Amino acid sequence: MNESGFVQFSILTIMILLVSFYGGTYLLTLLIRKKEEDTSGFMVAGHNVGFGMGAASMTATWIWAASFYAAATSGYTYGVSGPIHYGFWGALMILFIYPFGRRFRKLAPNGHTLGELIHARHGSSSQLILAGSNILGSIISLMVNFTAAGALVSVLSPLSFQTGVVVAGVGVLSYTLTSGFRASVFTDFAQLVALMAITVVIIPAVLFAVGGPSAMVDGMKNLTNQQADFFSVDAIMNQGAPFFVAVLAYAIGNQTISQRLFAVREKHIKRTFVTATLGYGAIVIGLGMIGLMALTVGVEPVNGNMNNLIPQMVSTYLPPVFVGLFFVLVIGALSSTADSDLSALSTIVMADIYGKNIAGDNPNPKTMLLIGRSTMIVATVAGLIFASFSLDILVMLVFVGALWGAIVFPVIISCYWDRVTNAAFTWSVVVAMALFCIARFQLLEMTGATVLFFEILASVGGAVVFGLMAFGFFGRVVGLVVGAVSGVILLIYATGFLRDYMVLTASLTAYGASAIVCTAMTLRNKERFDFDLIKQRVGSYDAPAAEEENESTMIPQGARS
Amino acid sequence: MSELVYGTYILVWPALTLGVLAVICSAVIKDAVHARKSDRNVV
Repeated sequence: MNESGFVQFSILTIMILLVSFYGGTYLLTLLIRKKEEDTSGFMVAGHNVGFGMGAASMTATWIWAASFYAAATSGYTYGVSGPIHYGFWGALMILFIYPFGRRFRKLAPNGHTLGELIHARHGSSSQLILAGSNILGSIISLMVNFTAAGALVSVLSPLSFQTGVVVAGVGVLSYTLTSGFRASVFTDFAQLVALMAITVVIIPAVLFAVGGPSAMVDGMKNLTNQQADFFSVDAIMNQGAPFFVAVLAYAIGNQTISQRLFAVREKHIKRTFVTATLGYGAIVIGLGMIGLMALTVGVEPVNGNMNNLIPQMVSTYLPPVFVGLFFVLVIGALSSTADSDLSALSTIVMADIYGKNIAGDNPNPKTMLLIGRSTMIVATVAGLIFASFSLDILVMLVFVGALWGAIVFPVIISCYWDRVTNAAFTWSVVVAMALFCIARFQLLEMTGATVLFFEILASVGGAVVFGLMAFGFFGRVVGLVVGAVSGVILLIYATGFLRDYMVLTASLTAYGASAIVCTAMTLRNKERFDFDLIKQRVGSYDAPAAEEENESTMIPQGARS
Repeated sequence: MSELVYGTYILVWPALTLGVLAVICSAVIKDAVHARKSDRNVV
């Protein structure tokens, strides 16, 4: 143990753990390596990922290092319901996207990114807004995961923060570079098995090490009334509601999810995403319970840093072998997300930027692969640099979150309503972002008619969230009814109330403003779009093998737009 | 909150995790067998 109470591994032990993890993962990818990778395999595993691999990959990708720490923090801060208000809504992000995913897949069965679909539907400006938000999100995610690796290595060993960052970056890149998405999915399975097995062992181990359920019941006196209440308003308004608002935004704004929607066999989309929902929820809520245990037994986080809670509990109550398992758990979680981000970034640059905007009518599959691999290298270097400087990314996160919220309505509705135009898409996002900034940073004095205006927009935004969720599962009529009823309820009860939660109001404003502008501009358009065109415009970039000799068919299908 | 309820509330999550792990592993084994029979990679 060091002076802070954490188990300290020697440099040799930590290097053995890291080399075994990344070396083993690299060796696994040799099992699936092909002499010549094609673009479809590199980007979406040939649209042929099975249910088991798909569910494992979706679960592993959605669990990143921050998931454990944030769930435990939520348990420690908000008590009994805290872990639920983190993990449950995070899990619903996976569940609520699959009905829309089936629609995306029906429209573009050979697609690789959601941006390609939007390009075929609207053109470049809408597509690049979506692709840009995806790129920002993945770079932030890479940076956060590399930072977590550095922090963990420096806390549990004499190695420096920078060493941990570099080992994680080089390790992830080494096994993802050659086979791209196929390697990401294959290694996700192995990483998830380790992650789940450790979760199954570590939660009961901590519970019984602190004295079992009886010690927890005795410790309930340490909780405030709000913390002891399963229906705590505090937890709902500060943790649950902002996460609920983000359910659709995170799913739409994340290429790691849409990539899997395009990769899993179409008939398996539903059960893949339902299984991943259960897997994510169980792991993250379960590990969040360690934060609740810390609260009930009266543990104080070292240096007041909530991220220390889980390592501290494991170090304090369990033998060093469990600390080693915890180390593997976190490295596995952050690596599976980082390799998915690398695959997502390379696919966006290959398909959305090169394939749709640079190559014109003749994208070359070999050039695409070269661009994809180069993107992975550049993204890793960028992630390492940003992580090493420990940049404050809060403002960037705020903007990306708002951008994702602003694009939810235009993206989804563009796939169903044949009158939506490129201008309606683009202007709705621009106006929504402008109004979001005014509300979030309170650029105007938030009093009187001004704050009422934003509360009304936010109420519409809330109605849009509820309406779209219902629409995904139950269709247009139910979606409209749920949207209208929730809108009326919110207008009655949220005006005068939401102004106390301006962060939430600003997020909802992004949804509401984009929905109003997009709908208003769409209603003025009388032209109708033929959705069958999307299937023709989004295709494979690889030349059909059977037709290789025929020069006229060498133009990749994806170029025919 | 009674000990039984508290214990169940905490231990249900690793139990659910174990269930999902079993489902995923059995599906992957099935896919791997099928892939081997068809002489192709599992991904």
